[in-house]
Amino acid sequence: MISAGTNGADIGRGASVTLSDLEKTYDRASAAPKDVDRVSLDIRSGEFLTMLGPSGSGKTTTLMMIAGFETPTAGDIAIDGKSVVAMPPYRRNIGMVFQNYALFPHLTVEENVGFPLKQRGVPKPERARLVAEALELVHLPGYGARYPRQLSGGQQQRVAVARAVVFKPRLLLMDEPLGALDKQLRENLQLEMRRLHADLGITFIYVTHDQEEALTMSDRIAVMNDGKVAQVGTPEDLYDRPENRFVAGFIGESNFLPAVVRGVENDVVIAECDGAVIRALCPGRPASGEKVTLTTRPERLRFADSAWIGEQMPQNCLSVTVTEAVFAGERCRYMLQAGDGTSIVLKEPSSAAIRRRAVGERAEIAWSVADTILV
Amino acid sequence: MSEVAQPASLALAVSRPQTAPFDWRRAVPLLLAAPLLLYMLVFYALPVVAMLLRSVNDPSWTLSHYATLFDDVVFQKTFWITFNTSVTVTLGCLILGYPVAMGLVRAKAMAPFILVIILLPFWTSVLVRSYAWMVLLGRHGLVNEALLALGMIDRPIRILNTPLATQIAMIHILLPYMILPIANALRQIDPSLIRAASGLGSTPFMTFRQIILPLSMSGVAAGTLLTFVLALGFYITPAMVGGPRDITLSMLIAQQVDQLNWAYAATLSAVLLATALAILAVARKLPGVGNAFRTSMR
Repeated sequence: MISAGTNGADIGRGASVTLSDLEKTYDRASAAPKDVDRVSLDIRSGEFLTMLGPSGSGKTTTLMMIAGFETPTAGDIAIDGKSVVAMPPYRRNIGMVFQNYALFPHLTVEENVGFPLKQRGVPKPERARLVAEALELVHLPGYGARYPRQLSGGQQQRVAVARAVVFKPRLLLMDEPLGALDKQLRENLQLEMRRLHADLGITFIYVTHDQEEALTMSDRIAVMNDGKVAQVGTPEDLYDRPENRFVAGFIGESNFLPAVVRGVENDVVIAECDGAVIRALCPGRPASGEKVTLTTRPERLRFADSAWIGEQMPQNCLSVTVTEAVFAGERCRYMLQAGDGTSIVLKEPSSAAIRRRAVGERAEIAWSVADTILV
Repeated sequence: MSEVAQPASLALAVSRPQTAPFDWRRAVPLLLAAPLLLYMLVFYALPVVAMLLRSVNDPSWTLSHYATLFDDVVFQKTFWITFNTSVTVTLGCLILGYPVAMGLVRAKAMAPFILVIILLPFWTSVLVRSYAWMVLLGRHGLVNEALLALGMIDRPIRILNTPLATQIAMIHILLPYMILPIANALRQIDPSLIRAASGLGSTPFMTFRQIILPLSMSGVAAGTLLTFVLALGFYITPAMVGGPRDITLSMLIAQQVDQLNWAYAATLSAVLLATALAILAVARKLPGVGNAFRTSMR
C-alpha cells in the first residue's frame, strides 16, 4: 500500500466522507441562490454514491469541494472523520477522473498513469510494476508507449481511470466520466465501473446527470436540485418512494394527481381525487382537507378489465378517457384524461393477447396502493 | 431568393468543366493582395536584391568581399558582440517575461490592464524609448541618483554607453515579443490539466515543472526566436545607449554606408540576413519549435 492513512483494520479499504452543511456561493454580493446550499451527506466506506441532478444543481461544485479545487463558503468536509477543508488538493490523496479525462498530452500513457506515483516518490521499478497493473485493470495492457491523442475516447477514459486508481487512493471521484462517449460504449463502461468498484473496494463518488447511469451503477443516489439534496437513497428507494415532486419527476416518468386528504389510516393516506377515493403511502400525517399531490409510475397502471391485475394489494381505481394511443414495440403508451382534466400516462406491456384501446374510449384504470406515493 | 438563384448556379457548376477551364473565383485572393504585392516587389524586394547583389558584383563579379571577412578582425569582433548581445538580451527577456506571461494568463479582471502596460511601450517609438533610457541611465540620471541616495555607491557610476545599458534598453524594448507568444501558449493549456495534476498529488511547483513548463515550450521557442532574430538586427538602441567601442553588426553596416563603402555594407547585410535565416531554418527542425512555427503562422 502506498497511500498514507491506511493505518490498521479499523477502517476499510474505502474512505468515509461526511459533508456537513456544506455551502458554496460564487457571487456573495447578489441575493442569487447559493450554488451549493446546506448539503449534508454521509458517504460510507466502500460505497458507490452518485450525485445526480440537472446542470446547475450543484453536484459538480460539491465534488470539486471534496477534491479541494473549490473552497466551501461554509460547512465542513471530513474524510475518515478528519476535516480536509484547509488541506490543498495535492495532500488529500483522492483519485479523480475528469469529464474530459484531463490526460497530459505531452506524456505517454505510461507516464500519465505513473504521474501520481512519481509525485509520491515511488522508485522507478516499483512504478513500472504498478502502472502495468493499473493498465491491466482497465484492460489496456501494451498501450503504455502511446500518447493520449493516439487513443480513442473510450481508451482515454480507461487511462484516466487507471491514473486515478494507480496510487491506491481510498476515495475515487468521477465527474461525468462517460459523458463524452456514445451510448453503446457508455453502457459497457458502466458495467466496468461497477466491476472496478467491486474489485477495488474503495469509495466511489460519481457525478452524472444521466438517471439511467445513476440507477444502474449506484449503491445510493443523492438527487441534487438548486444546490440542495432533494433525496438520498438506494435506486429502489428513489424510484418507488420519491419524497418530493422533483425526485418523482426527475427519476423516471411520473403521473401527478391533485387530491384532497380525507383521512389517514396507519401509513396510508385516504384522499379524494376526481371524485374517486385513492389510497397512497405517506410517512407523514397530512391534515384532513389538505390539498396534496399523489404520484404513480406509468408502467404500474393497468386497465381494470385486463387480466393483469393481481389481488395481493388493495387497488386504486379511476375512470378515464383515452386521448392518445401509441404502439412502441415492447409496450403501448396511452395518454389518458381523468374527469377533472388531469393527464395520466399509462404504459402497458404489449401482447397480441391484449386488446388495444382506441382514442375516445372510456376506461377504468387500476393500480396498487403500494405504487401510490404522496409527495 | 436563393431558391431562384439555385438553378442558375447549378447549371454553371455542371457546365464548368467544358466552358470554364480557369476558375476566376480562386484568383480573387491573389487579386486582392496584388496591389500590396506589387508595392512590396518594387519598393522592397527589388532594392534588397539590388543591394545584396553589390556584395558580389562591385566592381565586377567576385566573392572577394566575403573572402576578406575571414581575416577581418573588426568584422569578427562585431559579429561576436552582436551575437553575444542577442543571446544575453533573449535570456533576459525570457527570465523577466515568463513570469509576466503567467501573471497575464492568471489575472482575470486585471488582464486587460496588464496587457496595456505590456503593450504601452510597444506603441511608443524606439527612438523615444532609447532617449528615455539615456535620461534614466546617465551620469546624473534617475538610476545613479537612486543608488547614491540609497548609499550603495559613493559617486555616479558609468552605465550609459556600456554594453549593460544596451542590454537593459533592448530587453525593455523586446519584452513584448517574448511575453505575448508565451502567454498565448500558456492560455492554451487546459486548466483541468493543472487541477488533475494537483489532484494526483503534485505540488504547485511540481505541476509547473512537469506540466505547465513543457506545455508552454512552443511559446517559449517562438518568443525566443522572435526576440533573438530581432535583437540581431537592432540598430538605434545600441547606437544611442551602447558603448562607443561596442559596435554591433547593424552599426557597422550604417557606418560603411556613411562612408559610401557599399560593397562592404552589402556583404555585412548579407551575412546578417543569412545568420537570421540560418537560425530560423535550424530552429524549425528542432522538435517542438516546428509546431510553434506552424501555430504562430496560423
